[in-house]
Amino acid sequence: MAKTELGREIPDKFAKQYGTYAGEFANIKDYQRAAANVHPVKPGDSKLLPSIHDAIVATGLKDGMTISFHHHFREGDYVMNMVMAEIAKMGIKNLSIAPSSISNVHAPLIDYIKQGVITNITSSGLRDKLGAAISSGIMDNPVIIRSHGGRARAIASGDIHIDVAFLGAPSSDEYGNINGTNGKATCGSLGYAKIDAKYADKVVAITDSLMPYPNTPISIPQTDVDYVVQVDAIGDPNGIAKGATRFTKDPKELLIAQYASKVITASKYFKPGFSFQTGTGGASLAVSRYLRQAMLDQDVHASFALGGITNAMVELLEEGLVDKLVDVQDFDHPSAVSLANNAQHYEIDAEMYASPLSKGSMINQLDIAILSALEVDTHFNVNVLTGSDGVIRGASGGHSDTAAACKMSMIIAPLVRGRIPTIVSDVNTIVTPGASVDVVVTELGIAVNPKRQDLIEMFKDLNVPQFTIEELRDKAYAITGTPDKIEYGDKVVALVEYRDGTIIDAVHNV
Amino acid sequence: MQIKHAASAGTLESSDITITLKPADSGVTIALDSSVQKQFGRQIKAQIEAALKALDITAVNVVATDKGALDCTIKARTIAAAYRAADVQDYNWEEINSWIN
Repeated sequence: MAKTELGREIPDKFAKQYGTYAGEFANIKDYQRAAANVHPVKPGDSKLLPSIHDAIVATGLKDGMTISFHHHFREGDYVMNMVMAEIAKMGIKNLSIAPSSISNVHAPLIDYIKQGVITNITSSGLRDKLGAAISSGIMDNPVIIRSHGGRARAIASGDIHIDVAFLGAPSSDEYGNINGTNGKATCGSLGYAKIDAKYADKVVAITDSLMPYPNTPISIPQTDVDYVVQVDAIGDPNGIAKGATRFTKDPKELLIAQYASKVITASKYFKPGFSFQTGTGGASLAVSRYLRQAMLDQDVHASFALGGITNAMVELLEEGLVDKLVDVQDFDHPSAVSLANNAQHYEIDAEMYASPLSKGSMINQLDIAILSALEVDTHFNVNVLTGSDGVIRGASGGHSDTAAACKMSMIIAPLVRGRIPTIVSDVNTIVTPGASVDVVVTELGIAVNPKRQDLIEMFKDLNVPQFTIEELRDKAYAITGTPDKIEYGDKVVALVEYRDGTIIDAVHNV
Repeated sequence: MQIKHAASAGTLESSDITITLKPADSGVTIALDSSVQKQFGRQIKAQIEAALKALDITAVNVVATDKGALDCTIKARTIAAAYRAADVQDYNWEEINSWIN
């Protein structure tokens, strides 16, 4: 067993293959960028194919190859299941799949794993039934969990070589000019798909809205696309916005949001031209509401808001409180509409968003990130992947990326969820190292990471209860009791890759 | 306290527990299904056992379906189910208060 800098044990075989986590920026080195194999298209050639079956044949997909999908349709995605069903029918085996993430709707993957169609997975996360099945140990090879920035890095550096990318396209013309803002199932930004289109050897655009040539605006250009297939439906627009919540009325979430907003406005980063990123949870959306009021009261405008974009951000843009939205993914319909209509709402790819090996990603310019957590421990390590029972049910997302790169990262979370404590002695799985986490905000008060003495000094007169992280944990355990340790099996079911490509933790079967 | 017939207390809402007590010839058995089984199963059973002991119940089969209830809820549901199963209606609040923290 090898050990990471944070003391987590990684089996030697994997430690040797990937390296072990040794610090936030310890493994940032020069490299040769990977490039796609290109089959040129000549005048008169058609890219339009009658079916997914024909596209799979045309790409030359074979046993053992790597295919990819994007997760912009979130819980409304039809594409991955549709393509995998056809691949399974054709008898292709031993595939590696590299979707940017996996949702509840992708439970059919379990069958393809059992049939040997899929033998390797890399993803931001795993949900629900698939997460439970993987945690029970149905795969021989561990799933590689990669952050959004880490995936972009892995593709750009060649760690993931995509043979065929099957990209759901809300609209496309016959020559493969794609955008996410027109069509039947609009998802807005195609930030994660853009990377796949750029680096995959073969790219298939699957659309239900075939547009006259040229389809503009061009998000993914014809120069990156090999084939176009028209199908009846690529996704359910309602599923795209699923999980993104309205303004919360939960007093606990409101209190957390209020404290978070006070922390932001008391920090030196809250000044004209500041920048921030928030998530989609109830408390996170409420933070933007309180922040809005503070921005109005103190006449402080933001230069940009980044990340997964929600309607709350769009409202700030349209009110003139935020100058620009920089958008890698949209979580609801209004933000997709805004991407189409607002010139100051700008689409970027995952590499520009968060890759640690690009020539500078947007998160490096970010002041404040508001992030969530399933668990935070007394070393400030954060788990957003495994539940308190040890079962994989979450996703790495951009958590470790933004936390590492921004100037002040804030974890907002309730102290307890039912009987489950959020602040614990040791998280089940480390996704984001404590070195990246600056402030933890709960409904009882905040804890500032002692390594940020500057923040402790900045907040000394702040009108929010302040505790050490150990005190917060004790308050949580006083309510729930001290949880027993989860008993894991011996099999590694997932490896959590840090954004730099080293392994930061291993998840065992339960 | 004597368990005369099956009786329940509690709901299946989150943060609650349903406790069903059934008559038994001797001994206490607890069949627990909990959303937090792995972390807190041991402690939930201990809470139920402690409440039964305080009520001097020595023969009962307990079926508990837990949705993440806190200890105070577990105790309260166990006590309520016991009083119902024993057909006792003169609640001894002072006695209960004395051992319920």
